[in-house]
Amino acid sequence: MQELSAKQLHDQIVAGQIKSVEATQAVFARIEKYEPMLGAYISTFKEQALSKARHIDNKIAAGESVGQLAGVPVAIKDNMCTTFGATTCASKILENFHAPYNATVVEKLLAADAVIIGKANLDEFAMGSSTENSGLKKTVNPWDTTRVPGGSSGGSAAAVAGQLCFAALGSDTGGSIRQPASFCGVVGLKPTYGRVSRFGLVAYGSSLDQIGPVTRTVADSALMMNVIAGHDSADSTSVAEAVAPVCDYLEKLDEPIEKLKIAVVPQFNAGAESQVQKSIADAIDVYKKLGADIIEINMPHLDYAIAAYYIIATAEASSNLARYDGVHYGHRTENPKDYIEVYSKSRAEAFGKEVKRRIMLGTYALSSGYYDAYYLKALKVRNLIRGDFINAFERCEAILMPVSPTTAFKIGEKINDPLTMYLSDIYTIAANLAGIPAISIPCGFDDDNLPIGLQILAPAFAEDRLLRIARMYEKETNWHKKTPPILN
Amino acid sequence: MKTKMSNDLQYKVIVGLEIHVQLCTRSKMFCGCAVEFGAEPNSRVCPVCLGMPGVLPVMNKQALEYAVTVALALNCEVAKFTRWDRKSYYYPDLPKNYQISQYDLPLGAKGFIEIPLEIGQTKKIRIIRAHLEEDAGKNLHTAGNFSQVDLNRTGTALLEIVTEPDMNSGTEARALAVELQRMVRFLGVSEADMQKGHMRFEPNINLIVTKDGSEYKTPIVEVKNLNSFRALERSIDYEAHRQLDEFLETSRTMEMGNKSTRGWDDEKEQTILQREKEEAHDYRYFPEPDLVPVELTEKWLSDIRSRLCELPIKKQIRFVTDFGLSNYDAGVLTAERSTAEFFEQAVKAGGDPKRVCNLLTQEGMRLAKEKGLSIGELRINPKHVADLAKMVDKGDVSASASSSIFLNLSESDKGPWALAGELNLIQKSDAGELEKIVEQVLKENPKAVEDVTSGSKKSKKARGFLLGQVMQKTKGQANPKIVSEILSRKLS
Repeated sequence: MQELSAKQLHDQIVAGQIKSVEATQAVFARIEKYEPMLGAYISTFKEQALSKARHIDNKIAAGESVGQLAGVPVAIKDNMCTTFGATTCASKILENFHAPYNATVVEKLLAADAVIIGKANLDEFAMGSSTENSGLKKTVNPWDTTRVPGGSSGGSAAAVAGQLCFAALGSDTGGSIRQPASFCGVVGLKPTYGRVSRFGLVAYGSSLDQIGPVTRTVADSALMMNVIAGHDSADSTSVAEAVAPVCDYLEKLDEPIEKLKIAVVPQFNAGAESQVQKSIADAIDVYKKLGADIIEINMPHLDYAIAAYYIIATAEASSNLARYDGVHYGHRTENPKDYIEVYSKSRAEAFGKEVKRRIMLGTYALSSGYYDAYYLKALKVRNLIRGDFINAFERCEAILMPVSPTTAFKIGEKINDPLTMYLSDIYTIAANLAGIPAISIPCGFDDDNLPIGLQILAPAFAEDRLLRIARMYEKETNWHKKTPPILN
Repeated sequence: MKTKMSNDLQYKVIVGLEIHVQLCTRSKMFCGCAVEFGAEPNSRVCPVCLGMPGVLPVMNKQALEYAVTVALALNCEVAKFTRWDRKSYYYPDLPKNYQISQYDLPLGAKGFIEIPLEIGQTKKIRIIRAHLEEDAGKNLHTAGNFSQVDLNRTGTALLEIVTEPDMNSGTEARALAVELQRMVRFLGVSEADMQKGHMRFEPNINLIVTKDGSEYKTPIVEVKNLNSFRALERSIDYEAHRQLDEFLETSRTMEMGNKSTRGWDDEKEQTILQREKEEAHDYRYFPEPDLVPVELTEKWLSDIRSRLCELPIKKQIRFVTDFGLSNYDAGVLTAERSTAEFFEQAVKAGGDPKRVCNLLTQEGMRLAKEKGLSIGELRINPKHVADLAKMVDKGDVSASASSSIFLNLSESDKGPWALAGELNLIQKSDAGELEKIVEQVLKENPKAVEDVTSGSKKSKKARGFLLGQVMQKTKGQANPKIVSEILSRKLS
């Protein structure tokens, strides 16, 4: 049963072939067995999940209508607020923080009758590319437990790959859904900025953050989008339905796109490991065989994406994280001398190294006298990158590139070398800067049997086409059907 | 406006103002919490204004409309495109540790306000900018080695107005503050209740001293957080003297960065040094990514513009020139919009402006004050006041009777004629009828008649007595003017 996709499970639950309680029990049995090894979850809610599952089963038995995710055990990244359990952001500063409200996506999952089974680990405040920056827990890659699951949604990706849930939500600020999905061999979608409400997502880089699904299949990604996409009056940056209507992402998923034109950026891909390059080249061949027209394009400003990203994201983060001060909630230092010490000591004690580094970077970038040289310039670069994509999408419907220059690296390998770590975001950051949707789907394995991800980028609000393009590839290949050997 | 100390020493006070006005929106600037003064601490809060993790602000459009209204009334250029910025600083009453404000694209800029000086004169004070922001909470320092924070006020819509240093005395600053209060109340965008902290002032003050033919500028002092007109005026006057003394003692002049901050001690009536050198405050402003930029359509702006009322100072001047009212009376009538409008309606209904003014500023004000309402809220029909004014002018009722009629107007729907009839307050002005009564009184009081006609010392008193007798016989309903005329004729 655990090998079913979320959609298959849902269909069978609704058809009365499987009970949600059974599926939930099966998931918790696997959590008991594998979670000590994988460390995907910060918290789980067994009793609550089983009770919800029973409730769904009863509804189905009574012939009542149920939601699109009825009975499906799902996980959410622990930077989304829930009234149940803690919302920690994997930070000591929020270790015991209980939110008084549910994030909009959580409300939507619940309204779709999903069974929320736990909250997944992440890099502290979603800052990182390996989940090693979690202040609370270590997560490993199900394909090789000496390796990182990627980050920052490493817990979500490991839980999906390790079959410790049927689908999960992650958040993506510079690749935090796609890169761990790629490292763990699952599907990760970062929707268009404004497509999914950010209300209740603990902010890291507000103009870049976006919630999206981590799933086993493209169809599951579409299913999750059907539940979470849409305007939210509580999020001013979510886009009105009138501007960009939400559609049923499953409806035409299996219909291939005719006369598909796909672009690649040769100058940009050359930086990836050779095995990654080869898998991408093979993927391009698959599309060619499907009749797609492949063109080569140049995107002159992508080289500056990382620099711009680490200024914009850290600047916003330095402001977003100012509220964690020990005054109103969260960790407070003991015996402060005065209120300044409440701030300085509470923050010094409870924030991790990488969070402090990014707060410092961002504070510096926004400081008077430096603002124009850093923040303002970064915004200009961002506009140029947006322009590159607009130009590109006049000539094609999607762009293919790697998700990450490497496959999953060893735990500890890059943690003391932040610059190298930052560079591993090179392929994913541009989509956040431009606000466009991008998906990572499994496209091969390297010699160490580590998954490789293919990234597909599409114009803003073209998630339906993006998913169909991804599905065209998925139908032709079996990569997504492989499961981590240690779990079998 | 220079103050001359001696032939070789004079000075001029330079004052600019920063004013915060709380807008009277029902809910806060970026969340749905009620704006309510005096509620149980921390009872008007939600995750958004508490700055909980994951929350997002949503702009209150009413606040934007109110702010635009004021900006237009202040003759500002209103930005067609503006946005929100974050202003960062750490303080326990600011839960996010940044304030959502406006930095380089204020809603309004380059305006002016006319303030009244002496009778009829006005002065233009230039406005640098007017922008919207959210208010902070309140730190409560009670007993014990801890402080408490009340966040009910956090997130309330606040308009910040900054003037050019165009004022030259505490009196002028006060006049601006009072005028602004009257203006925002007229516009209906703020209660501007000083007791509730709806208006707060921060004057920047320095002097231009002319000594031995040379000019010197003293260092600028900012006085923080004044919440009364009196404190505003006095702190400026105090600073002027203090700065002059300091200058004469130290010869220190204004340089870059030596601006200091002082507080006002209301009891000692002194300013007290808070920060010597203006710490290089770096607020690290940057555009608020959680809110979309604000675009004001021409249609929306012109809708607001068309709803703008005549400003109080214009009305006051017009009442003086059109109706011949005194500047003082015109000021009283334009202190509140409903009073001014009531007055205009009564005049339009045919009441003599001065007579209506007297009725309103005397009986009207007294009654309104008793009831804690404005004149407009007394539920009196302006037409009835106009009729009453006409009756007084024609001698149908006496001035004193008009006050009891006025009081009754607020209690009933009847007009002044009906009320005067019911209350037997209509004056007898029928000369023939009154003549008979006078004759009878003269017959009954020969002694008094003699006193008057003999022109003795008692003459004036005796005449008054006779008049009184007539009034008594008519139960006070005789028109004293006509009785007096008859008496004069009969006794000459």
